[in-house]
Amino acid sequence: MHIPDGFLNVATAASTYMVSAGGVGFALKEVGRKLGEKHIPLVGVTGAFIFAAQMLNFPIVGGTSGHLLGAALAAILLGPWTGLLVMSCVLLVQSLLFQDGGLLALGANVFNMGVVGCFVGYFVYRGVASLLRYSRKGILTASFVAAWGAVMAASIFCALELAISGTSPLKVALPAMAGFHALIGIGEGAITAAVLSFVLVTRRDLLELRKI
Amino acid sequence: MKVKWWHIGLFIALSVACLAPLASSSPDGLERVAEDKGFWDKALEPPYQVIADYMFPGVENEVLATIIAGLIGVLILFGLGCGIAWLLRATGRGSA
Repeated sequence: MHIPDGFLNVATAASTYMVSAGGVGFALKEVGRKLGEKHIPLVGVTGAFIFAAQMLNFPIVGGTSGHLLGAALAAILLGPWTGLLVMSCVLLVQSLLFQDGGLLALGANVFNMGVVGCFVGYFVYRGVASLLRYSRKGILTASFVAAWGAVMAASIFCALELAISGTSPLKVALPAMAGFHALIGIGEGAITAAVLSFVLVTRRDLLELRKI
Repeated sequence: MKVKWWHIGLFIALSVACLAPLASSSPDGLERVAEDKGFWDKALEPPYQVIADYMFPGVENEVLATIIAGLIGVLILFGLGCGIAWLLRATGRGSA
């Protein structure tokens, strides 16, 4: 869902840059104040894993593929602000070094996949997991739903930005983006739940670190 | 050296990067929508290229070029993530 340059008009690119910069700025402050020693390697490993997993496109229907976004995964493991920092690092490196996602569209990409993805992912996870009392099954179910929701929400915002920019009308872009990402989200949910299941079995304590 | 959990975590990320040549080469959701709805042409070429298309430049073998690109990205993200987290904690009076 990385928006290349050319899809967004100046107003949309600039306003999403401002919101994203504000969000990342607050995240830096918040994370700096609360981060513990044990978080440090988890931040690095989460970013590294998300980068790798994003390369691994899986086929969905009709000659279309999707890949993990990882926003919900990062937010569930680390909390929404730290998740936003991880996603911003991934998107920044992808844009600067790998020419995936435009330089001018970076603000919008951080907004969709970082801000929207992490916060939707985090709060859906917390809501569903607490309803299911944080049992093993509850955690896995919640992570699946949260990851699906995060991808859907990010794709809806992406469609909105395309429409506001005059690239594709909302009644065209929205159903198309939401339709494909409803399917991609199933893959996102499955991978997110699988990773959390692995963490639960091997290092449950990592899931109990403070969420920032 | 004792094996720490994050050694295994980093190893898993590096292993996933090595699987990247198996990835589907079909367009992703947004690319597909852009093609179907006729606005893919609006995408601008990036002003410069470093490791474009996740292929390390100058490596003939595409599988190898993809794996090298992936390993580089994984190591950069690991270093960047740990570096920023460490720096933020050091400067932001972090508490354990």
